[in-house]
Amino acid sequence: MRWFKNKDTLYGFLVILPSLVLLGIFVYGFIFQTFYTSLTDWGRDPAQALSANPQIRFTGFENYRELFGGFVDARFRQDLFNTFYFTLFFILGCLGLGLTLAIVLDRGPKGEGFFRTVFLFPMSLSFIVTGTIWRWMLQPQGGVNQLPTLVGLPRGEFGWLTSREQIWQVSWNDLPFFTALVVGVVLAFVAAAAFRGGERRRGWIATGSAGLLLLWALTLGRTLQPLPFDEMHGFNLAFIGIILAAVWQMSGYTMALYLAGLRGIPEELREAARVDGASEWQLYLRVIFPLLAPITLSAMIILGHISLKIFDLIFAMAGPDNAPTDVPALLMYITTFRANQIAKGAAIGTILLLLVAAVIVPYLYSQLKSEVRR
Amino acid sequence: MRKWLFTLAAAALGSLALAQSGRLEIFSWWAGDEGPALQALIDLYKKRYPNVEVINATVTGGAGVNAKAVLKTRMLGGDPPDSFQVHAGQELTGTWVVADRMEDLTPLFQQEGWMNRFPKGLIDLISYKGKIYSVPVNIHRSNVMWYVPAKLREWGVQPPKTWAEFLTVCQTLKSKGLEAPLALGENWTQQHLWESVALGVLGADDYSKLWTGQLRFNDPKAVAVWNTFGRVLDCANKDASGLSWQQAVDRVLEGKAAFNIMGDWAAGYMTTTKGLKPGEGFGWAPAPGTAGVFMMLSDSFGLPKGVKNRTNALNWLRLVGSKEGQDAFNPLKGSIAARTDSDPSKYNAYLQSAMRDWRSNRIVGSLVHGAVAPESFMSQFGTVMEIYLSSRNAQAAANAAQAIANQVRLGQ
Repeated sequence: MRWFKNKDTLYGFLVILPSLVLLGIFVYGFIFQTFYTSLTDWGRDPAQALSANPQIRFTGFENYRELFGGFVDARFRQDLFNTFYFTLFFILGCLGLGLTLAIVLDRGPKGEGFFRTVFLFPMSLSFIVTGTIWRWMLQPQGGVNQLPTLVGLPRGEFGWLTSREQIWQVSWNDLPFFTALVVGVVLAFVAAAAFRGGERRRGWIATGSAGLLLLWALTLGRTLQPLPFDEMHGFNLAFIGIILAAVWQMSGYTMALYLAGLRGIPEELREAARVDGASEWQLYLRVIFPLLAPITLSAMIILGHISLKIFDLIFAMAGPDNAPTDVPALLMYITTFRANQIAKGAAIGTILLLLVAAVIVPYLYSQLKSEVRR
Repeated sequence: MRKWLFTLAAAALGSLALAQSGRLEIFSWWAGDEGPALQALIDLYKKRYPNVEVINATVTGGAGVNAKAVLKTRMLGGDPPDSFQVHAGQELTGTWVVADRMEDLTPLFQQEGWMNRFPKGLIDLISYKGKIYSVPVNIHRSNVMWYVPAKLREWGVQPPKTWAEFLTVCQTLKSKGLEAPLALGENWTQQHLWESVALGVLGADDYSKLWTGQLRFNDPKAVAVWNTFGRVLDCANKDASGLSWQQAVDRVLEGKAAFNIMGDWAAGYMTTTKGLKPGEGFGWAPAPGTAGVFMMLSDSFGLPKGVKNRTNALNWLRLVGSKEGQDAFNPLKGSIAARTDSDPSKYNAYLQSAMRDWRSNRIVGSLVHGAVAPESFMSQFGTVMEIYLSSRNAQAAANAAQAIANQVRLGQ
């Protein structure tokens, strides 16, 4: 009853109560409902899919099993690869281009304010607008493909959004092996870093898990086969166009982030480094880039969750039916609202949520921890 | 944003004022080119029932891709529109009738004397367990091949009669420097081509058996469809996925391609938008191997259970099914009337020929346009197409199609 005595606490609680209740129902309640739906067979029987009082049976993780190991859900598995590569190149592109632009602008060229606005401007457009413009520019017969003709070269032939070419193909059955391998190697790096930092306990735990994973990958990992046959997935070249448009839109934003970071680095630090005899290149490599690391992390988180959830850009650029440029969010929409497979759609939604959570939660955790430390 | 708020407010007000009746909400995806046809029907309705306020709830998007999603949320949310547009056949039965969401319209059909005004094949298609659930307003034909007669004369070829002949003609045209004799467009038009190939290869009997489960998709006969389809695709343009169906038709009109397989809304596009004369500016033939068979699709209106304005909705259905209503709607829409007694003089040359075929040909239903398979199969058929296009493996595609058919209990 102590909090009751403190009137401020009571008022504070009352003020946040409405948003707590609304969030509880409309965010967490619906997340739970979606998750529950994904464990049922809602939509499996057409007679029950859209009836007024559908009879829904609990089927456990059947939908997930089908998505990852079922015969007909190859499209979902390819979509996971698409999301992975899209996220990778989108983040790399935005960070690279954003950092370059920020460094150039930071050196104070003429008309800096003008260029800053120009580079930041694409961000103020919605993805639908960006998508529509780029859709026109990437038409096979026109736009970008016509550019070489300006300098007398033959017209480009690349099918920007329609190409069916796929590179870096991997069999879905090899995926558990590769995942374990990559995670194991990452853990080994974590262990090495921990030992160098003097955190012995953490180091040993990381070494242990890395060893276990690698051992599993090399012995049992090959025998785990989700599919009875090899199903090849890879990077769809049609995604290059989408990545181009997305980087065009968001790199201005990373530029702004980096520019703020660069401006926040005190001039004294640079001067001190120069006095110590650092070359310009060393100055950036040893002083400025390490100081920009937290900004890189924030940018990666923000860009990462945009790219995992991307829907509108691709919807506008290629439509929901163009399989070479499909992503899980689009598939979720089609599965739920066209095929009436409501439970399977919910399962895809849940997987998307988990993917985004895997990016966001560690970030929030580290942020909260550092705040407490402060 | 403002506009949205405004519509929201209007919708809220609308639901408040329900008590006064005198309203009718029509839900469809007819906007743009097809808007005037719907408006003609609504105008007729207003003339008959001046006191009823008609709300035209249109959700744009070709073939109703967006409208269907909105409709589902409304139906699940317990707010059905008074009457909605739906493709006649399994798209209605497999989704809404089996879910017990529609009213039986058999009494309306008997009362209006429609039982022998619509062809029997069509009535069978809109019936489920002997009851009729929707009123078809128009008929489109899916298996039509379009070309430009003057160009064909120039190249010295005839419209092919079978798919084997088509492949020969394709080689001839390729040798004359035509890179892609067949013009093809985005995803769904590829499936559209598939159904014409399937009908041509299998024939009407076996084609129909696919949808009743009597012929399995992995039967050698059905696998052969994919093989032919693959060779037909080799005659098509490589940038298909980037083109809308109109752009694919344009390729034929520009002489960059010789043929295009598309539903007969293409005739509407070429006469209205392009200003061409049927028979001169463009010619048509049944898709190869499908002469004497009319692969139909039809838009229809049904009556959901629990609507707010049932009497008005029934009046709407009476109008939609009447000769007057259909003859007002169809010439504008570029389709023919579902009734067999409509007035040919109101239609152009292409539509008159389609009407003759409609009355004499064998009728089968379209897959892509919702007549023969439920949505759950139809939308996953895109995945099958994907498996085929990326692997070019006929057996794998056939197996996937059968797996999906089992999963959605096709034909059961």
